[in-house]
Amino acid sequence: MDTSHFFVTGDPLIYGADVAIVITSVAIVFALTYFKKWGWLWREWITTVDHKKIGIMYLIASLLMLFRGGVDALLMRAQLALPNMKFLQAEHYNEIFTTHGTIMILFMAMPMMFALFNMVVPLQIGARDVAYPFLNAVSFWLFFVGAMLFNLSFVIGGSPDAGWLSYPPLSELSHSPGVGENFYIWGIQISGIGSLATGINFLVTILKMRAPGMKLMQMPLFSWSVLASCITIIFAFPILTVTLALLFVDRFFGAHFFTMLDGGNPMMYVNLIWMWGHPEVYIVVLPAFGIYSEVVSTFAKKKIFGYKSMVFSMMIISVLSFFTWAHHFFTMGAGADVNAFFAISTMAIGIPTGVKVFNWLFTLFRGRITLSQPMLWTLAFVPCFAVGGATGVMLAVAPADYQYHNSYFLIAHFHQVLIGGVVFGYLAGIYYWWPKLFGFKLNERLGRWAFWLWNIGFYVCFMPQYALGFMGMTRRVYTYGWDMGWAPYNIVSSIGAVLMGAGFLFQVAQIVYSFKNGEKDTTGDPWNGRTLEWSIPSPPPVYNFARIPEVTSADAWWKRKQDRLAGKPEPEPAPLAPIHMPKNSGIPFIFACFWFVAGFGFVFHWVWMAVAGLVGVGVCLLVRSFQYDTDYYIPVDEIKRTEARSGRAV
Amino acid sequence: MSGANAHAQAAHHPEHAHHDQEPLKILGFWIFLVTDCLLFATLFATYSVLRTHTAGGPLPSELFDVPGFVAETFILLTSSFTSGLATLAMGQRSVRGLIGWLAVTAALGAAFVGLEVNEFVHLAGEGATIATNAYWSAFFTLVGTHGMHVSFGLIWMIALMAQIGRRGITNVTRRKVTVIGLYWHFLDVVWIFLFTVVYLLGVM
Amino acid sequence: MAQPNAKGGIRVVHGGGGHGEAHESHDPHESHGSLKAYVIGFILSIVLTIIPIALVLNHALERKPLIAVIVGFAVVQFLVQLFFFMHIREGEKPRFNAMALVLGMVITLTIVAGSMWIMSFNSVVQ
Repeated sequence: MDTSHFFVTGDPLIYGADVAIVITSVAIVFALTYFKKWGWLWREWITTVDHKKIGIMYLIASLLMLFRGGVDALLMRAQLALPNMKFLQAEHYNEIFTTHGTIMILFMAMPMMFALFNMVVPLQIGARDVAYPFLNAVSFWLFFVGAMLFNLSFVIGGSPDAGWLSYPPLSELSHSPGVGENFYIWGIQISGIGSLATGINFLVTILKMRAPGMKLMQMPLFSWSVLASCITIIFAFPILTVTLALLFVDRFFGAHFFTMLDGGNPMMYVNLIWMWGHPEVYIVVLPAFGIYSEVVSTFAKKKIFGYKSMVFSMMIISVLSFFTWAHHFFTMGAGADVNAFFAISTMAIGIPTGVKVFNWLFTLFRGRITLSQPMLWTLAFVPCFAVGGATGVMLAVAPADYQYHNSYFLIAHFHQVLIGGVVFGYLAGIYYWWPKLFGFKLNERLGRWAFWLWNIGFYVCFMPQYALGFMGMTRRVYTYGWDMGWAPYNIVSSIGAVLMGAGFLFQVAQIVYSFKNGEKDTTGDPWNGRTLEWSIPSPPPVYNFARIPEVTSADAWWKRKQDRLAGKPEPEPAPLAPIHMPKNSGIPFIFACFWFVAGFGFVFHWVWMAVAGLVGVGVCLLVRSFQYDTDYYIPVDEIKRTEARSGRAV
Repeated sequence: MSGANAHAQAAHHPEHAHHDQEPLKILGFWIFLVTDCLLFATLFATYSVLRTHTAGGPLPSELFDVPGFVAETFILLTSSFTSGLATLAMGQRSVRGLIGWLAVTAALGAAFVGLEVNEFVHLAGEGATIATNAYWSAFFTLVGTHGMHVSFGLIWMIALMAQIGRRGITNVTRRKVTVIGLYWHFLDVVWIFLFTVVYLLGVM
Repeated sequence: MAQPNAKGGIRVVHGGGGHGEAHESHDPHESHGSLKAYVIGFILSIVLTIIPIALVLNHALERKPLIAVIVGFAVVQFLVQLFFFMHIREGEKPRFNAMALVLGMVITLTIVAGSMWIMSFNSVVQ
């Protein structure tokens, strides 16, 4: 494969991708033109500031990225299935594990998480939108553009190949003279600005826009988990921004932060990147914990056990996650005292997580359990994450880590907590809230096939990898010999990967099938839920709530239903008033496009293009600053008509 | 529904409580400043670690110009003070006072940037550029990032002066002035630490 | 003022113009400070700047104590700016901005001190 040209040449997989990209793009343009949908696309999606639509866009993007990351995984497992395979060259293998990791964490898990934030939080707290709807749109388009830039490297210029964290000196100009690394840096930088903005947005939304009467200690646990995650996002992402910027300054201006010569210190990069990297994994797992709390409570028909300790444990995790980062480089040589401190802090952070697991189990105990799809994924999470967490504690023992570090033991551990904890949780959340956003449930039968394939596939794939780690198989090797004795474990692991892939395919089929044949949600409350999002129609009207609810307790919707059943008189509803809404805007999209131009220019060292892009960015900011007419009102009769269409009297 | 009518109901409607976007935007900006603080913290951490990595190149103690950085410090500090005077003028509903003091602030800020550019050019002439060694990479990035923040603030300030000139002192422009004031004070706070950790330590 | 929009609904213009003026009466969210506060803050800051400069240029202390002292002065001046210029004590409760700031300072310290501690083994390697 030749990456020295603008377009990557020499690899059939890449030519295939080129063709697929061209065909898909042409098909999309043709369809939009033929069905005259350009206007619709612009008005309804590209310029939207509605959190529900932004959530859906994040979801679609994350699922597409899950596909690409998954294909990367299957390619790797194919190459490793047997010794001395010639399926992938070493260079290509390096690119694939790099893109696999980067995509799965930054372009799959993060957007899937933001999808859930957007789809759920305002509805759960009784708000009409987030604190900064315009900024919310900016966040999405920045992510989109960052992901585009990163994905483009596959066919233009060449993918990065220095691992998902791009350690120097390998990622420096001296060892990676091509443009792949630049795509990596700019894809993540641009997307990272969006992530930081989302953190601020949802933090303020949760603190300031809850329905009247909803005290923080009455707020649903998913929203609490989002709060905890956002605090971590806000403090962690600036570190990533700087670290990648310094790497770029090295590459672009010839600086010496992390070079081998002239005073540079590559180990400082490792230190800085993990200062972000460790909080990052807690950023993605905390919302999953929140989802589990919602699902367990709803499908056991019980108030969550230990609400206060759930809140405290999430807040402790969110802060403590900033004090454990050096466990990612125990072997770098910082010394026994440093290692001892971080070993202890790492073990300590397992405690609040343990509290949560017990609380979930206590909630299930004596509950009336429904084995819905969200509940299945939640139950599967418990043993999976428990094992993954236990292996984490093993890794936390610094001297022992000298044996496990960067072996397949590590790979098995982090996949177990990320898949068993994060992915299972997000899938549970998607199944749970899908009817609210789309108005129909996802098919049960196909879902169960997907569930079992994923679960069995997971253990088949990753359990052998713990053994491989003990046997000395190092991470990121592209092949191995027959004499290592690793072959049986690898072939089993690869079979597991195929099973997981099949599970994903069933989910794709499930989504496609359910659009036409899925059980419609006509009540807005398909699960007999406990929280406010189930009190409005599915899908919700653009303004969410015709009247902002007044809240008097936790599980506010459950309380209202119980009160109704008990025949308690409901308070006289306040008269309807015109609803204040933000206007759509094309600026977020255009702003992001200018960032794309700037990023592309920086990637290829085309300074004129980079400058043009940045000027465009500045102009967008100025134009927005001068815009004062940014809102409108929905009149009362339109509210009445919209509610009537969903069969609701007002 | 007329505007006046809508606001007559403001006191009685929970709906309207959410209309008061301005405090929400100020809180959001405070949080943004905390993230910017962490950005600088990371740059400071990098500078502190690489401080001794001069690899045989020119030393800061040889090249730093004391009158230069002292002048920059007092200019920026004064501009922080004048931005406060601008806020006071705004409180007194004086559009001319507000724009006037913002203009003084911007002028001082421009003088700061001018001095800094001059300093960078001088350093480059003496063989200290961003590519010389790890120390100078850290210096130029840390100090330069602060300078870029100031420059960005200048453009923003001018845009704001134009908006105030056109619309006067309203809830929205009031919030915008508060926000840029916070930004400007924040930049002076960062400079205090820059001045201490980079320049004073550098000449010791 | 209300304006009909193209679709026949009513659109109310917010922010500027007549509507904004209706809010001219003192905004409880606004923090103004007083001239006195700004002048005191300014003078304190000048003093807190001059002293460290004098100490350094005159080599008044040994290196380590000198560093501690000038950093101390920087912290105090930071607090002066925070209280006298940025009005951290005003604004509506609960004061989330102050909470964010405190946590931010803790993390700032962790980033700087933590990095220096972890990377300090370098003095052996150098």
